[in-house]
Parts: sequence; C-alpha cells; structure tokens
Amino acid sequence: MIGGMDEIDRFCDSFLDDSHRAFREAARGFAKQAIEPHAYAWEEAELFDRGLYTQAAEAGLLGPSFPEAYGGAGGDVFHLLVSTEALIEAGCTGAAVGLGSLEIALPPIMILGSEAQKQRFVPPVLRGERIAALAISEPGAGSDVAGVRCLARPEGAGYRLNGSKLYVTSGVRADQVTVLARTGLDPHAGLSFFVVEKGWEGFRVSRALKKTGWRASDTAELAFEDVFVPTTHRLGEEGAGFACLMQTFLGERLYLAAQGYALAHAAWREAVAYSKAREAFGRPIAGFQVIRHKLADMAARTLSAKVLTYQCAAQVRAGSCSPAQVALVKNEAARAAEWVCREAVQVLGGMGYMRETKVERFSRDARLLAIGGGTSEIMNEIASKGLGLAP
Amino acid sequence: MRIFVCVKAVPDTAARIKVDKDGSHIDPSGVKFVLGPYDARAVAKAISLKEAAGDGAEVIAVSAGGTKGERDAKKRLKDALALGADRGILIPDDGCENRDPLEVAKALAAAIKAEGEFSLVLLGRTAVDDQAMSVGPMLGALLGAPCVTDAVGLEIAGGKATVTRAAEGRQQTVELTLPAVVSGQRDLAEEKYPKLKEILKAGKKPIADFAYAWTDGGYTVTALEPPPEPVAGKIVGEGPDAVPELFNLLQNEAKKLSF
Repeated sequence: MIGGMDEIDRFCDSFLDDSHRAFREAARGFAKQAIEPHAYAWEEAELFDRGLYTQAAEAGLLGPSFPEAYGGAGGDVFHLLVSTEALIEAGCTGAAVGLGSLEIALPPIMILGSEAQKQRFVPPVLRGERIAALAISEPGAGSDVAGVRCLARPEGAGYRLNGSKLYVTSGVRADQVTVLARTGLDPHAGLSFFVVEKGWEGFRVSRALKKTGWRASDTAELAFEDVFVPTTHRLGEEGAGFACLMQTFLGERLYLAAQGYALAHAAWREAVAYSKAREAFGRPIAGFQVIRHKLADMAARTLSAKVLTYQCAAQVRAGSCSPAQVALVKNEAARAAEWVCREAVQVLGGMGYMRETKVERFSRDARLLAIGGGTSEIMNEIASKGLGLAP
Repeated sequence: MRIFVCVKAVPDTAARIKVDKDGSHIDPSGVKFVLGPYDARAVAKAISLKEAAGDGAEVIAVSAGGTKGERDAKKRLKDALALGADRGILIPDDGCENRDPLEVAKALAAAIKAEGEFSLVLLGRTAVDDQAMSVGPMLGALLGAPCVTDAVGLEIAGGKATVTRAAEGRQQTVELTLPAVVSGQRDLAEEKYPKLKEILKAGKKPIADFAYAWTDGGYTVTALEPPPEPVAGKIVGEGPDAVPELFNLLQNEAKKLSF
C-alpha cells in the first residue's frame, strides 16, 4: 500500500506539520510512479536508471533539508525522514539509498567547505546532474576510522593521493567523491577531507561490489594511484577530517534509523495487505489469531522504532542529541527492521521468499542497518560510554 | 492575465467510503481527503499558462468548503498553492457536503466577481465524490462567460482560448473569447507533485475568506447508499466453443448487445 495514514502514522503525527504531510504525499506520488514500477527490474539489474537522479531532483526530493542558497529546499530533518519513508515504500531500497548518498557525501562539504567549494560541489548534485559519494571505509579500516591509511602527501599546489576505499555507496557512478585521507601521523588529527572528481588521472573504480541487499544501488571499491588533488579540493584545514566526521555521524545514523523504521513499516503494511487477501483453510489468514497477533507484535516494534527515531530527530533538530542517544536509536531501529521484515516474510510464506515481493527485498535490505554507518557493536560502545558504563 | 482555479476537497479515490448513520452523508472518519484529482490537473494547467504568459499573470485558487476534520478546504487550497497558485480564496461552508451545485456555483461566481477582472476560470470536469459535473457550466452561465467542458488541451493567444475537448469518439476544437470558463479532463495537464520549496512557500501565501450567505437551494440529497453488490460471475466454457453461449447470454440475458 502506498499513501494514506495508518495507526502507526497517526501515533507519530504530532511531530509533523502540514508541510511534512504534504511533502510525504508528494514523495509517495513520485515514488509510486517513478520507482515502484521498476523496482523489481532495478533490483535484478543491480542498478537503477541514472535518469532517476534528475527526475527526483525535479520533484524536489534530493536534499530536502539543504539550505536554499545551495539548491536545497530549506526543509528540516523531518522532511528528509518523510521522503525516506515514501521512497522506501516503493520497494526499491537500493534506489532510495542511491539517491540518498548525497546525504552523507555533502555534509563534510557543507561543514568544512569554503563558499566557493559549496557553490561548486553542492548545487549540481542537488539538481541531479552530478552524483556524490562518501568514501571512508578501507580494506583495513571500517569501524576503526582512525585506522584510515589512504595517504595524501603534500606536493606543489596540492596533494598526491594513494590508497583504496571500500563499500562506497554510489561509488561506481559518482562524479565526485568526498574522501577521508591521512595527512598526518596522529590517528585522529591526521585526517583530512578531499573532494576527488571522476576522470582524474589515477582515480578509478576497481570493482562494482555485489551485495546481499540494497541491490539496485551501485557500491564500489575505489582505487587512488598517485592522484593529484589540488588544494582547492581540500575541505577545511588539514587535520579537520575526524572531528567533522564525528559531527556528520549524527545525521548519518539518524538517516539509517529512519531507513530502519521505514523498512519495518513498509514490510508491516505489505504483510497486513497480504493477510487480508490470502485465504487458507477457507478464510483470509488475517482471520487466524496467530497471524493477527504476529501483526500486532510487528506493529508494536515498528511503532517503537518510529517514535524513537522521530524523538531523536526532534532532538537533532533542536541541537540536543548526543552521539550515545542516536547510537541507541539506530540500534533499536535496525533490530526492529530486521525482526519485522523477517516476520513479514513469514506472513507471506512461500511468496515472501520470492524476490518479486517487496518483503523479500526488505528482509535483505534490513540486514545492512546493523553494519553500515557504524556496526551495532560500535553503537553499543558509543552508547555505553554515554551511559557512563565505560570503566 | 488572471486565472481562477476552483478546487474541492474530496475523499481519496482509494478510500473505502462508508455511509454515515443519517443515511445521506459519508462517514468521514478515517477517510483521507485530497485535492480533487481533476482539479489538481486544472491547477497544473493554470500554472503552465501563467508561466507561458510571463510576468504579471496571477493564479488564484478558490474553494468552498469547511475546515473541520479531514474534509478541510483550507488544506486543499494549500495544496493548490504548493503546486504554484499565488493566493487562495476560501468560501467557508461547514455544510458543504450535499450542497446544491447551483449554490456552489453562485458562491464561486460571487467570489470571482468580487475580485474584478478575470481572464479564465479553470476547474476539474467533476468532483470525484458526488460526480455532479454541473458547477462548471453553471459558473459559465452565472459569469456570463462562454464555457467548455472536458478540455484535454488549452492554449491562450490574442485574447482567445483554443480548447481541445474530448467528444464521443473524436476530438473537438473550440475557440472561446476570453474571459471564459473551462472544465478539464485528466489529460489537460500532466500530474504535478509539489516541491518541498513550494510547500514551504505555500504556508506563507495568503488565503482570504470570502463570506457567502448559503441557502439550501432547491436540491436535497435524500439518501446515500453503497453501490449494489456485484453479481457473481458465470463461466460458460472455454475457447471458441463457448462463444455461442457467451453471445447468447450477453444479448438475451445481460442485454448488453443490441442490433
């Protein structure tokens, strides 16, 4: 089902104003027409049409929360949340997160970049003309960001960049990659952000990675071999990378939590619709208490993840959210997504195991949430420190 | 150029409609109300005409209706503003459901006349709730302006509107001297989704109230019932062998074929 408010929406509705509701409807209309009919084909092809970027931009869905001065719509974090819900409902999480890679690639530019850099690197992405990706993880560094080895050595009016990056969402097609690289020996203060552009000598996509979920999005391993990066493409001062990354994690993890409740909610709706239509032993399976109670449990988990994420978003908007809080919320939303999507597959039975159904895809997509943007173990570590549990 | 677009809050076409206890109104609880789908296309067309006309053109959305609960005409005016209309006029009417269409047309005409000059009044061919299809032509008569229904194409040039309309099995082209009233089909414009920037701007665009002294008119909806349950289907056979019996039943029992 796409469109309309159900009880879960109504429960969370007090966080929203009319502009969020209207935007969610617009985003749903767009997703239903531009994504849903192609969802299965794109998942199977492991790539969505590039044209979707410009279509989404024309519909105002790229970077809804970015300032108008840089081509955004000037919305708030809830506008991003409701558009994420709408895009995920369409059944192609890969397309949703592919369009969404700018949400993690552009913040370092917005935080550290000069006015000229912001004007150069942000508006074309929000117009859907250029694709932006963020490259942090490496073959030897993921959760342990301080272990980044990709090296930017000063040379003339810039740097010589060497190394490789892994799990880069939208990396295969990216026109610009926000890269975290080492400019000094200090594990934290020796990290800096750069923008590397497609076509530069020595920069190439080593391979397109094949994934469990998010299949319609392109994910890359990138190689940098003696790539010359002019100083104009360094973001902020040398060594400003780590602190900036910590700042952006808040938004990234909230965005992933949003994907969590959105997947759970979409899977729940699919399961409810199926349970009313599918007959067994002479009646719709929703007529069986075992199914109805399962659906009620699924609603409870979805609701708690959604309310929690909305509350977290409200605190992010107010500037009063701690890393520990968002870490707890991301973990809870990720767990809810995995569990609810699993149960949705169970409600659909054999059909739920077929790739043509949304819930089959959702159940694979949900698995990412305990890994990406910091694993659930790292989230618990951050949370335990915030809760005063660390010795 | 000044274009008025008349819009109505209607239940979403996907909503399951239930009849209220009184037997003549729909039960609005849990029903999502939207901008009438034909009205939305009329708004989109008005915006494209405004953009083609350049500076100075104005699109004004007008709606008669209540603002309580889900059936909120003011929110639907905001939808029209988010699609690009410049301002809105609300004719408050808490008893709008089952209102005499002539009364609605009179109220809309009064609100439009109060604004002075107009070039064009656009509206959807019908509101998808009561499907009365009558406000457009009545509005034309009340405003003393030529009116065309079921438009699928509309161009404005040299003080005239050239309207393509869907007639039975053919397309008709009609030229109207402005000011004129045009009701539109789905194909009048492509579906437009409001952009967030426009949604946020819409919150700041003005919506003025226009008071109208409603009367009951000579029109009363006395009953509202769900459509009859569909009759169970019949399978008369398979392949070419089934054709004679199928033909017989369609002609003699269902009376759907006549020669």
